[in-house]
Amino acid sequence: MTAQEYAFAVIAAVGSISAIAVVTARNVVHAALYLVVALLSVGATFLLLGAEFAGWVQILIYVGAIVILFLFGLMLTKAPIGRDTLDNTHRWVGLLVAAGVFAGLAFLIQDAFPLDAEPFEVFHGSTSVVGESMFRDFVLPFEAISFLLLAALIGAIVLARKDEGN
Amino acid sequence: MDWLDWLLLVARIVLVFFGLLISVLLYIWFERKVIADLQTRKGPMRAGPRGILVTLADGIKLFFKEGIVPTNADRRVYLLAPVLAMFPGFLAFSTIPFGTGTTLFGRKIPFQLVDLDIGILWVLAMTSIAVYGVVLAGWASGSNYPLLGAVRSTAQMISYEVAMGLSLVAVLMYSGHLSFSEIVAAQDRVWNVVPMFPAFVVYLICGIAETNRPPFDLAEAETELVAGFHTEYSGITFAMFFLGEYVSTVTVAAIGVTLFLGGWRGPAPDFLPALWPFLWFLLKVTLVIYLFVLIRGTLPRVRYDRLMAFGWKVLIPFGLVWVLITGAIVVLPAELELDRGTVLTWAAIALGATLLLSFLPIGRSQRREEVPR
Repeated sequence: MTAQEYAFAVIAAVGSISAIAVVTARNVVHAALYLVVALLSVGATFLLLGAEFAGWVQILIYVGAIVILFLFGLMLTKAPIGRDTLDNTHRWVGLLVAAGVFAGLAFLIQDAFPLDAEPFEVFHGSTSVVGESMFRDFVLPFEAISFLLLAALIGAIVLARKDEGN
Repeated sequence: MDWLDWLLLVARIVLVFFGLLISVLLYIWFERKVIADLQTRKGPMRAGPRGILVTLADGIKLFFKEGIVPTNADRRVYLLAPVLAMFPGFLAFSTIPFGTGTTLFGRKIPFQLVDLDIGILWVLAMTSIAVYGVVLAGWASGSNYPLLGAVRSTAQMISYEVAMGLSLVAVLMYSGHLSFSEIVAAQDRVWNVVPMFPAFVVYLICGIAETNRPPFDLAEAETELVAGFHTEYSGITFAMFFLGEYVSTVTVAAIGVTLFLGGWRGPAPDFLPALWPFLWFLLKVTLVIYLFVLIRGTLPRVRYDRLMAFGWKVLIPFGLVWVLITGAIVVLPAELELDRGTVLTWAAIALGATLLLSFLPIGRSQRREEVPR
């Protein structure tokens, strides 16, 4: 094994363990912190593949923005000070869905990148390459996603807004 | 890489770390002295000549104090929070070039720890990780005032991060690079502060808000929240929050100098060519910090709802418009075969006209102040 493979093994193990801990943690803030570790290990995997831009954007967006917003929302709504316990009554449904998603993803990834396929060449993705392919080849999906986000934003404002005079 | 390279690398890391620590010690003394001067006091005078060792004495005192973990606290998260608050400032500083570099033992030593290709993204990632320290401290303390302080402060930091990101986007569009050394290299003729002055102003305001300094120190607001998110902390854990805040301030000033004020650039005589850029960098960072201290000493604390309104309704739209104008400045000269300066002048005129128009009372209804019921 190369140094890269050793590093991947460590990162994958840390990521998987913390991903399991996300759903087994009894405290919702602890679960969010385990989610941070899991997302950091995804970012580290990108970095290992040489995709510097994607790796740091992953960390910036998911760790820096999304989980922070989770925590912020938790504090605004529930304010779980100190120790509290958390459980879910839909364990069997959850297990079924998780198994289904795992099987589907495993099949798709195995189909796209078979084990006996040629090993990847490490791609040193510079930011300009990413930008060019995103805004030249994938402009339509990009715009579609932006539109979806805009719609979600407006929807959130409509839901949160109270009408004047009430 | 052989052992000498490793040794030099470790030496550089240690030097930058302790250099930053010492600069923070001096900076706290400097801030207390300047504010004392503004208030016609003498400030700290006892420890060392003119009180220069006062921060060191404070640090040693805090180190030996008892660290208390409240009964209601979540112990592990409570102890993790100060670490998360302290380190992002140091880590963000590691990408900043603070000189041209020199040659030692036949090897080139850059005055920069790492030259990341995506320096700006790294800095943004670090500022967003610094928020964790505040959130977790407030939550894990297990009492009400820290939680309130953390909620406020998180909202403030997230909001101002957006505006700060917009000002950084304008700079990176203008210079066309994400790496700090390239951005400094691109400022050889004109510093970015001249064409990007609006972005510089937005950056400075957001920098003050991001580091929770007065007049934006709503996170602590002694008169309302005891001390905000670090109310329950004592001893060394409190010192870590304090240190983290001041290290981030130095880092914010250093990033501002690198992005807008030409970094280490400045006129230099011929002897000791490695020294002058470093001195220029120090001088510029000190000036920016002096500006921060003056602002702190002059302005009263902003009310919380006004702070948020200012961030969302003024800074972010302004930043967005400036990003748009920057795009025009970058693209139009190539398309229309114009000079960059011409486009810039017209953009500045348009911006000024818009600002003037926005002050005219056209179509603006008298809004009544919202009274909480």
